[in-house]
Amino acid sequence: MKTLTKAATTGLLFGVGGVYLALVGLLEMMQARPIVFGAVNLGQAVLALLALACGVVAARDAGPAFARAGAGLLGGLVAGALMALLQVIVATVPLQGMFIAASPALRNMLAFGFAPGPGALAMLLGGGIGGLAGAVLAVTLPSLRRAIVAGAAAVVIAGVFQELIQLMMQYEGIIGWIRDFVYTWQGLRPQGAVAIFVIAGGTSLVLSHRSSADHVPSPDERRRRRFISAGVALLVLVLMPLLAGAYIGEVLMLVGLYILMGMGLNLEVGLAGLLDLGFVAFFAVGAYTTALLTSGSSIGLLHLSYWEAMPIAVLISILGGVLFGLPVLGVRGDYLAVATLGLGEIVRIVVLSDFAAPLLGGPQGVLDIPKPSIGSFELGSPVKLFYLTLVCAGVAAFIAWRLENSRLGRAWEALRDDEDVAQALGVNLIRSKLLAYGLGAAFAGLGGSIFATMLGSVYPSSFQLLISINVLALIIVGGMGSLPGVVLGAIALIGLPELLREFGEYRYLFYGAALIVMMRWKPEGLWPSEVRSRELHAAAGEAEPVAAMEPG
Amino acid sequence: MSAVSLALWTVRFLVVALVVAGTIGTILKDRYTTAQWFEFVLFGLTIGSLYAQVALGYTMVYGVLRLINFAHGDIMMCGAFAGYFVATPLENSGFLEVHPVLGMTAILAAGMVVSGVIAVLTERIAYRPFRRVQGFAPLICAFGVSFFLEQTFRGLFGSSVKSYPAPKWEGVEFHWAGLSVPGVDVLVIVLAVAFMAVLYLIVQKTRMGMAMRAVSEDGEAAALMGVDVGKVIVFTFALGGAMAGIAGVFYAFLFKQVYFYMGFTPGIKAFGGAVLGGIGSVPGAMLGGFFLGLVESVGPSLFLDGIGIKAPYELRDVIAYTLMILVLVFRPQGILGEHMAKKRA
Amino acid sequence: MAEASLLLCRRLTRRFGGIAALTDLDLEVAAGAIHSIIGPNGAGKTTVFNCITQNLSPTSGEVWFRSERIDGLTPDRVAAAGISRTYQNIRLFRNITAIENLLVGMHLHVHSHWWGAVLGTPHTRREEARAHAEALKLLHFIDLAGRGDLLARNLAYGEQRRLEIGRALATRPKLLLLDEPTAGMNPHETSRMMAFIQRVRAEFDITILLIEHQMRVVMGMSDRVTVLDHGAKIAEGTPAEVQGDPAVIEAYLGVKSAAPAAARDHAASLLGAAASER
Ligand SMILES: Nc1ncnc2c1ncn2[C@@H]1O[C@H](COP(=O)(O)OP(=O)(O)OP(=O)(O)O)[C@@H](O)[C@H]1O
Ligand SMILES: [Mg+2]
Repeated sequence: MKTLTKAATTGLLFGVGGVYLALVGLLEMMQARPIVFGAVNLGQAVLALLALACGVVAARDAGPAFARAGAGLLGGLVAGALMALLQVIVATVPLQGMFIAASPALRNMLAFGFAPGPGALAMLLGGGIGGLAGAVLAVTLPSLRRAIVAGAAAVVIAGVFQELIQLMMQYEGIIGWIRDFVYTWQGLRPQGAVAIFVIAGGTSLVLSHRSSADHVPSPDERRRRRFISAGVALLVLVLMPLLAGAYIGEVLMLVGLYILMGMGLNLEVGLAGLLDLGFVAFFAVGAYTTALLTSGSSIGLLHLSYWEAMPIAVLISILGGVLFGLPVLGVRGDYLAVATLGLGEIVRIVVLSDFAAPLLGGPQGVLDIPKPSIGSFELGSPVKLFYLTLVCAGVAAFIAWRLENSRLGRAWEALRDDEDVAQALGVNLIRSKLLAYGLGAAFAGLGGSIFATMLGSVYPSSFQLLISINVLALIIVGGMGSLPGVVLGAIALIGLPELLREFGEYRYLFYGAALIVMMRWKPEGLWPSEVRSRELHAAAGEAEPVAAMEPG
Repeated sequence: MSAVSLALWTVRFLVVALVVAGTIGTILKDRYTTAQWFEFVLFGLTIGSLYAQVALGYTMVYGVLRLINFAHGDIMMCGAFAGYFVATPLENSGFLEVHPVLGMTAILAAGMVVSGVIAVLTERIAYRPFRRVQGFAPLICAFGVSFFLEQTFRGLFGSSVKSYPAPKWEGVEFHWAGLSVPGVDVLVIVLAVAFMAVLYLIVQKTRMGMAMRAVSEDGEAAALMGVDVGKVIVFTFALGGAMAGIAGVFYAFLFKQVYFYMGFTPGIKAFGGAVLGGIGSVPGAMLGGFFLGLVESVGPSLFLDGIGIKAPYELRDVIAYTLMILVLVFRPQGILGEHMAKKRA
Repeated sequence: MAEASLLLCRRLTRRFGGIAALTDLDLEVAAGAIHSIIGPNGAGKTTVFNCITQNLSPTSGEVWFRSERIDGLTPDRVAAAGISRTYQNIRLFRNITAIENLLVGMHLHVHSHWWGAVLGTPHTRREEARAHAEALKLLHFIDLAGRGDLLARNLAYGEQRRLEIGRALATRPKLLLLDEPTAGMNPHETSRMMAFIQRVRAEFDITILLIEHQMRVVMGMSDRVTVLDHGAKIAEGTPAEVQGDPAVIEAYLGVKSAAPAAARDHAASLLGAAASER
């Protein structure tokens, strides 16, 4: 009885999740992304995934195999029933005046193209089968399960990113042949999907057989692996625009910019524990300083070249950071977050206002910002600027890395943990905090400066609070205090949404969900800093569960 | 501490100089009539009454959980949407014109219930795991909740700005001593004060309210005395959410606009009001909210116009945020929050 | 100022709102001594420490250290002057390793700038290497050799206590303030800790001001004992003198002479053997 209740509840939860995805408009949008051309689209894949996951969860701890199968079936049926109900309601009640996503297209999708009645039946059956399949998956051998999951994941990735992957396969000969075998112009071919599934699944199987005999890697070995993977990531970043063309170059440019800023905020938040949400203010200072110093328009002050203006912009950002830091030195924790958030908003409103318009151009912004050039070589295109950004981000990463293991970095970590004690041990709070604000602002200002020259113009609307939130979110998702985490976070939160353009408007929905999920289940981030992984390692023996949840 | 105290004194001096110079300048210029000043004050009180209601939610949640529920402004937005979806059919059918009291009751009830329920749900899903966690995690989670709510509403109901219905009785104006008083403002202020009075009574007199105050005072002691802390927290979220729902309905009624992002700015400002009044203090939040509304409404004309700033009204949010930052820097314990601040130390 | 006294508090007072946690306390700590402060719960012992290190600013009164006024300084300046402390409820930097805790303690004695660290100058590297070597030595002294790479929070209780003392020693203090270093320990651990503290004094040649809840613990090793009650000094002297003082017994009993036998026994057990002979 208890098992049944639990299975039904699980089904209910997953059903509600499905209804949410449908009504919020995501399902319909996913439908437009084919995975296997003419057969499966992303929306259907997500529905199937929901049913499978529902089955897996419902079947967990349900006892003997047949009970598990029953639980999975029941969960899937309940979830399917909910979705079917939604479909019937959308078909009969004119909901679209309220829920804009409740369109005939959505209904059609939820009914698999059938009429409401048969469609509901199909959804119910589909849910049941999916749930059952999930339950079966849950009881199969782990290695087999992993292989199936890996294969399916590979197919989905190959399908969803088909545009990008095909762009990178624009060659004659063997690569071209593989491309033609796997893809049509709109998506995977069925034969390609099968091939990818088999290859990825098989690889997983082989690997899991090997690794079962493997030993636990030593710290040295782990460090080496980290270095290698970081190096590979860097290499991919450098080569990517060459392989994949201008559009990817633009996306990567943005990713690089956020890596740069992430490095800066990481010093403040990850190391020094100063939760700064006014980061965008210094980004704006850097951008506007560069703009005003270099712009060829009438509002420009000095008409400097970019290279002359950039260091000045960074210096002024540092000055701004320190000047702002001074009064808020005594403000702690949550209050600091809100105070800095207020600051960011103030900067945006002032820049936008008529009051500052004679100096800053008001809503029209500042135009005609020159591109940087080296000799007679102009860094005109985003791809070329990407390399400039990458160099700057590299320098920033180097500085952050060196500081992390220095006297100052230790002082920051100390005041992140306990400000009073750090001070009682001789740490000068004013100096260390101002250095954190100043260095963070420097990175933000540099980012702003590059941003200004990239666009060739700056507008107040570019400096929303959302920039601060983006940067904060990426360092949290990547792993607070972790440098590779910043890179990973920027790729995941800035790069991916750019590639999945049509989901652009749902980006912040993902961010919100990601922040909640990360804080609840993985507060140390996707790629935790070394300290954190050490901690997880050391905690194996004598961990305190509550304390282990506590992020720094 | 010399560099810091120098900076602090500079800030103090600048603020005072600005306020004094602006005020004198404005008085000398004599640009505004009495009627206009009256309008500023009345509007300040109206908007302040809404900030006060939202601030209550911040302060009560802070009291029991020591958490800045950053998503509270968005809870207000949820109430505004709920009100909108009830008000529009009522207005279209003519019911709201004929039965203003019944109609408003229904609209407010919808706002209260939806906001209250969503507030409780956010607690259940997002905040409960963080009850004993120190550090950033809860606040960052609150950011996540804020984004999630906003974007969910954007996805469900679209990103367009929806215009709130304007029943005819709403245009009523009272005339008094040569001044005209918009009926809506009076309605909003009177109802807001009435609801806050009810809330104050609930907090002061009911068993649950007393349990809430006990938990605010000392959660562990209250738990030892047999108070069900979990229940108190849910109750607090429900009460604060309902209050924010009412504020959301009124806010939409005043500005005639409903959109997914509408809760953000008033939310931050209401937090400023809560801090101003002394976070954790219920009367403080009411006071702080009103004060913030007043300063924001009167400030641009009084302080900024006098020193020759063009279009000062554009900068009214700057005044509100500046006031909030000044309070956080110079008097984080607020006006009435003396003892709560000590506990933070 | 008298040459012999390292620390001198004059009429030290601290109020919290209406409550006076400390009233007109005069305290003199001689150089090289182990000086204990004892008193019942809430007597104001920790407040004395907070007022010396300037974690709290005294409401009134003066604090002199090595003939310099130190009240009004910031805590980091007090640390630089040569005073370091531990806390009643251990306050390590829990999320960094043991050795990093010690290195933070050495903050004042690592002479490098942040830009030196960024550029990796030879000077910075030398300083870092020296600091690491010193930290390792200290780690050895506090019996944590080989445990340096563990996060502070993952150490055992007694190890955490010793690490906190080690971190305080890393600032190279002239005066070490220990706030109930034996809190939460059984008698065996307590006597080991006391032996450790004596070793600290011998090895580092410093003065120790020690807070204890139970008088018995410090009797054997203190050169001088100050007894606080309700924020005021009620007795001071050698352990023997203090043990015999009626005011002290009364403070621990909370009742005048006609005390029930059980309570008197309890007080006696707190005060130690000498009192029970009376
Ligand atoms: N930050 C503070 N705010 C308010 N009151 C305080 C504060 N610190 C201490 N007190 C009060 O001052 C008095 C003395 O406290 P203190 O901590 O110095 O006592 P103690 O002798 O160390 O006691 P214990 O043996 O329990 O550690 C107590 O009544 C306490 O409640
Ligand atoms: Mg104490």
